[in-house]
Order: sequence, then structure tokens, then C-alpha cells
Amino acid sequence: MDFFIQQLTNGLTVGGIYALIALGYTMVYGVMKLINFAHGELFTLGAYIGFTLLVTFNFTGLFGTVIGLGFSVILVSCLVAVAGHLLERVAYRPLRHSDRLAAVVSALGASIFLQNAIMLKWGAQRLAYKPNILPNVSVNIFGQPMPFIRILVFLVAVFVMFGLYIFINRTRTGMAIRAAAIDQGAAKLMGIDVSRVIALVFIIGPALGGLAGLMAGLLYGPINFNMGQIYGLKAFTAAIIGGIGNIQGAMVGGLLLGLLESMGAAYISVAWKDGITFMVLIVILVFRPTGLLPERVAEKL
Amino acid sequence: MLELKDLKVAYGGVEALHGITLSVKEGEIVTILGANGAGKSTTLMAVSGLVPVKSGEICFQGERLDRLKSHAVVEKGITQVPEGRRLFGSMTVMENLKLGAFTRKGAIGPQYLDRVFSLFPRLEERGHQMAGTLSGGEQQMLAIGRALMSDPKLLLLDEPSLGLAPLLVKSIFETIKSINESGVTIVLVEQNARAALKLADRGYVLDVGYLVLEDSAKNLLNNPQVKDAYLGA
Repeated sequence: MDFFIQQLTNGLTVGGIYALIALGYTMVYGVMKLINFAHGELFTLGAYIGFTLLVTFNFTGLFGTVIGLGFSVILVSCLVAVAGHLLERVAYRPLRHSDRLAAVVSALGASIFLQNAIMLKWGAQRLAYKPNILPNVSVNIFGQPMPFIRILVFLVAVFVMFGLYIFINRTRTGMAIRAAAIDQGAAKLMGIDVSRVIALVFIIGPALGGLAGLMAGLLYGPINFNMGQIYGLKAFTAAIIGGIGNIQGAMVGGLLLGLLESMGAAYISVAWKDGITFMVLIVILVFRPTGLLPERVAEKL
Repeated sequence: MLELKDLKVAYGGVEALHGITLSVKEGEIVTILGANGAGKSTTLMAVSGLVPVKSGEICFQGERLDRLKSHAVVEKGITQVPEGRRLFGSMTVMENLKLGAFTRKGAIGPQYLDRVFSLFPRLEERGHQMAGTLSGGEQQMLAIGRALMSDPKLLLLDEPSLGLAPLLVKSIFETIKSINESGVTIVLVEQNARAALKLADRGYVLDVGYLVLEDSAKNLLNNPQVKDAYLGA
């Protein structure tokens, strides 16, 4: 039982990280019908900027744990949002009216560019977040000592997702994003500036992805310049599990994939961890290509 | 109010409008007739800024529209009810109406909703239903109601009778008349030429991208060419 709870919380935590990244894929796909293959690299960028702030500049040491961490979270999100916005401007906007395939190739190129830029800036060897950035306390859950960081990551992920859900469903701007995802032409006829919606999606998605990178660094420690590939691929899988283009789907898909992965690693074999993820992807694509959430909802974003 | 001068539009290399000149005066109902592919919808799309203009001018109340983005055209007071309605099917009736009022930033005055609900009481009953689950007639009501939420000066209607039963067509056309009487200028694109000409003040006939006829609606109804080609008499 103890082991099970360990795996459960582990899965939910990593699932929260997958979900945050998956939201970036799914929002961009929803509005532009484009897979942003450079999204995984924005996650990596978040992890590295977080490293610079928390390890190189020692933010928590300078400002105290709470303020230093809060500062880092905000700065990482903002800086990666800026990077995402530039990415859209440079790699996607000039291709808005050309063939879909051209944008996909541009996305792949942007991914390679970013990965190499990160490698040149921070080096090819792996770096590690220091374990003492956050106080090493544990909280008891069901009689199980749980590292505080694990709970924090999960709570932040849930909080951010809840905020996004409210934003998308309850605000005028959120409604414009949903409308543009359903029918761009009709959205334009309503007087919605679709270019601004696209720009906004390329700010929110990268901000969430960058935050996920910071959290992955805090949770696991080591980071390297191509970590975005595997995380990106898994988050992309999570987005497909939930139904790509569907915001709630990305959240559910991320958490589900995190759980499946940690349970699989625990009860089947650790060596099969990644294999399980992609087995799930294949099964979903074969039997339910529109994702787990019902289609009517899936169309909704 | 609206002037098109020698308007040319091309899709890729193919020219769809070969120089259309037409004008709409304030308070009028003007209909644009023509067969499939004549360029009727393209004309409306060009006015709404959804297809790029190759050459020529579009002026609205003395201002050039042809270089504006589509959302700016809506802000000037021109709203289109597109062909096929293009509702947001997985959003509720109320959300569709709110989106119609997107350009009126801030709070939506209750008078706009009241106006729509008094024209189409059915929409009020169905406020929380998904737009995609409405019947064809109700969807057309919602499409028109959604456009009215922006409080347009000029309403462009593209085939509002498409796919509706004759009785519903009649009621939609009556509604269009009453919208016009409340002070909204209307451009109506229709396949149902007879009904459109009975409602309109004036009409234009397009044929494969050329303007071939313009006259008062009454004269067009009695024009032997029009009778032959579009009224099936």
C-alpha cells in the first residue's frame, strides 16, 4: 500500500508537468492546426533559465525561499513567453498563408535551432539543480513521508490549470480563443483579430511549458540541452490521449500518462517506462484517434 | 453608403471578380443575384476583408475599406451573416450572441440582447443549448441575431434562405424587412431570386465575375432576361 501511494503521488506529479507542456501543444494546435515541434525546446529553455536564476544567481539565497522561488517562477514564465512570441513571429507568421507542410518543416528547424542555441549558451554537459534550493522537508500523506517539492509541483500545476480553465471558459478573450479554434473565418467576421489570438496562444503555451521546465529541474535535479525531446514527445502523447485541440483533454491526458508511466515502471519494469508511454499512444491512435474525451467536447477546445 | 469601384479579386492566379462597380445607399435593401460561381459571395467576402482585393476600391461612408483587416471592417459597422451560417456549433446560443457583440468592448447593453430576443423569441428559450443542436431555421435565426449584436449599420446576408423550408424562408425574409425598417441597410445575396427581388429596392446581377445588369427590383422582376435565367418562369 505504501509503495502504491508513493507511485500514485509520483505519477500525479510528473503527470502535472506533462499536462502543463501538453497544454502548449494543444492550444497551438487548436487555433492553428499546427504541431509546434519547437515546444519541447521551450520547456528546456525554462529549465535552463530556472537553473541560471536559482543556481547561478542563487535567488532563493538572496531573497529567501518563498520570494526567490516566486520571482524565478514569474521570470521563467515571462522570458519563455517572450521566446515563444519571437518564435511565432520568426518561424510561423511569415508562413501563415503557405502550405501546412512548410510550417511543419519550419517548426522542426526552429526546434533544432533552439536546441543548439541552448547547448552553445549553457554547454553540452548536463547541469544539475542543487538539492538544497528548497528546504528538504517532508509532509506526511496517508502515513507516508512525501517530499515537499513533489506536493508543491503538483499543486502549482493544478492551480495553473484551474486558472487557465477559468480564463478560457469565463473571459471574453478566452471565448475569442475558443471561437478562433472552431472557425477562424467566422471568428474574423465577429470582429475578432485572429492574429492577436494566435500571438496570445504563443505566449500562454510557452509560459506554461517554461514553468514545467523549471519544475522538472527542481523535482529531478539534472538537466541537459536535449531533455525537451523526450518530455515534448510524452506531452504530445498526453495531448493526443486527451484529444488534441482540447484543453481539458490535455490536463486529463497529462495526469493519466504520468500515472500510467509510474505504475508501469513500478509494477511492470522500469526499463519499460518509455515503452509504455508510446504503447499507449499507439493504442489510442488505433482505437480512438480523436482522444479519450468525447468528440463534442474535443471540438470545443 | 457603400461603394465598390472596379473591384477585382483573384484566388491564387484565378480572377473571380473582373471589375465590379456597385453602390448601396443608406436605408436600402440591395440584392445581388447570380448563378453559382458568379462571384456573389466573393463580393461580400471582399467587403468583409476576408479575401484580398487585387485592384479597385471599396468605400464605406467615405472611408477606404479595401486595405483593412476583417476585424476592423466589423468595427466600422459592417457585419456579415456568412453562407452556411458558420455558427460556433459547440458553444451555446448565448455564447454565440456574446461573440457577435465582440467589438462592443465592455458590457453588452441589454438593448442588443432584447432586440435579438424580440425578433427571435425562440433563441431566448434555447439560450443554454449548444448552437450545433438547433434546427436549421433556428440556426439561421441565431446567425442573424449574432450579427445584429454588433449593432451594424450595414448587414451583409449571404444566402439566408439556403436549406430552409418555404414557410421559414418567408418568416426569415419578413424579419429581414423589419431589421431594415429599424434603420439597418442591407445587402442580400440570394439564389431565391424571386423572394429577394420582392423584398429589395434594387438589384444587381452578376455572371461569372462580371456585373451584367443593374436596375430597380421591380424592373428586374419583369426583365425577360432575368425571368429566363433566375426566376424560372
